[in-house]
Amino acid sequence: MAGMVERRGVGRWMTHLGLIVGLLFIFFPIWLAFVASTVTQPEIVKPPMPLLPGDQFFENYRRALISGVNAPVGWMMLNSLVMAMGIAVGKIVISLLSAFAIVYFKFPGRRLFFWLIFMTLMLPVEVRIVPTYEVAANFGMLNSYSGLIFPLIASATATFLFRQFFMTVPDELTEAARVDGAGPMRFFWDILLPMSRTNVAALFVILFIYGWNQYLWPLLITTDPSMNTIVMGIKQMFPSGDDTADWPVIMATSILAMIPPVIVVISMQKLFIRGLVDSEK
Amino acid sequence: MEKRVNFKGIWLPLLLVLPQLVVTAVFFFYPAGQAIYQSLFIPDPFGLSMQWVGLGNFEYLLGNAYYRASFVTTAIFSILVTLVSMGVALYLAVLADRLIKGSGVYRTLLIWPYAVAPAVAGVLWLFMFNTRVGVVTWYLGQLGYDWNHVLNGEEAMGLVVVASAWGRISYNFLFFLAGLQAIPRSVIEAAAIDGAKFWTRFRTIVWPLLSPVTFFLLVVNIVYAFFETFGVIHTITSGGPQQTTTILVYKVFKDGFVGQDLGSSAAQSVILLVIVGILTIVQFKFIERRVHY
Repeated sequence: MAGMVERRGVGRWMTHLGLIVGLLFIFFPIWLAFVASTVTQPEIVKPPMPLLPGDQFFENYRRALISGVNAPVGWMMLNSLVMAMGIAVGKIVISLLSAFAIVYFKFPGRRLFFWLIFMTLMLPVEVRIVPTYEVAANFGMLNSYSGLIFPLIASATATFLFRQFFMTVPDELTEAARVDGAGPMRFFWDILLPMSRTNVAALFVILFIYGWNQYLWPLLITTDPSMNTIVMGIKQMFPSGDDTADWPVIMATSILAMIPPVIVVISMQKLFIRGLVDSEK
Repeated sequence: MEKRVNFKGIWLPLLLVLPQLVVTAVFFFYPAGQAIYQSLFIPDPFGLSMQWVGLGNFEYLLGNAYYRASFVTTAIFSILVTLVSMGVALYLAVLADRLIKGSGVYRTLLIWPYAVAPAVAGVLWLFMFNTRVGVVTWYLGQLGYDWNHVLNGEEAMGLVVVASAWGRISYNFLFFLAGLQAIPRSVIEAAAIDGAKFWTRFRTIVWPLLSPVTFFLLVVNIVYAFFETFGVIHTITSGGPQQTTTILVYKVFKDGFVGQDLGSSAAQSVILLVIVGILTIVQFKFIERRVHY
């Protein structure tokens, strides 16, 4: 039964109208970028640019992917993919292992260790950029995938999330496993991990987007254009000084930069929302 | 809270926590320690020796007009980003909540901006408001308004605020919508039977019941505006014109990497550390009340 407070008739249309106005505001920047990625440079630099797509779609995207401005955008996307996957998988693996240790073992230093992880919440990379950069440079990690991935891999959020979940796993399962003679790693692998599937997937969605969208860290770590990630590479495509930017290629790159995370979010919407809510607890 | 059943062993659990421990020590605690250490020194111009200055860097910073201005800029920026993105999100969530059918479609569409990196959002908004080719700039010009965020500090601030708030709408929308849908229909319907109009119901029932969500989002959005908007600032204004959009995080980057003023940059890092610490504690105190373990 429909509630009596939902609007019908005129009111319902007003509600839709309000939402559509909001959607237009939100999508206009994306639409404009898409249009710009399908027209020629002269059409853009002589304002106003058209508001409907042109016929240069294939030409612009081919130019961006294969040659780009400083480096082929195809390369930059590959770098972003490696970085995002590395960060997501790495965070999940080390967090699963440490959460398992903290919940299922009593070992000396457990409490201290827990607080050490907690404190990393207070140390975002933006706050400690210069010294962290120095560490990475000393390890020879500049312009490398390990430099893009490892400094961002520790995650208090993921560790807490798994700890929270492991706490809800019934003790009977652990007892049964022990009675059957299964060791801790066997229990972890055969019982705990399969049970954590949904949590892992939800977290993966969030962390993949986190990794893909990194900006400041790749900006510091990669000076070689062939190691640039796509999100940080866009700004590098703007010429310094008074030269005119290659807008169609830059806007095609902006669209390409948002496609993978958008696909991940939309196609795994339920998991994404779950991950979002979980990781804020 | 503890498990009743535990596994035995000391070396295995230590081995399991080792990867996390190593990464945390090398990339979190050591650099943070370095920041604190360096904040007490001034390196000589050749980088050969360090001169102990105690709290000199901090005294200098707090007495520096640019740094104090950056604090004010950050405060204004964070408050505006938070208000704009939460305001728009609440408006959309209230509307979506009124629909019986179809709110799922709107939700799917509204999630989009979450996936767009702040730096990419910056490029999109920069393109619209570009002083030479921007479409919005052109139409504003037709209306007789001369938009130029490269010269006008207030317009620059407006632009970075809108670009930062834009990407945040999805997140706030999802939390507001979930909060609204958790309010029992019967309460609202009872008020409606008593003759309360929409606005009265919103003010007296919905808004108070939504306050935990609102407070949570307030803290999270301020953290976002402080630390995650670097990409927006860097792509659109690079802190200009005349530092009008230089927020604290941008200043650490600029003084440390562009200006090579390591002592000052380290001291700024330490001040930011204190700010994150306070925000984290606020967040946790609140969340502990909200979530029942």
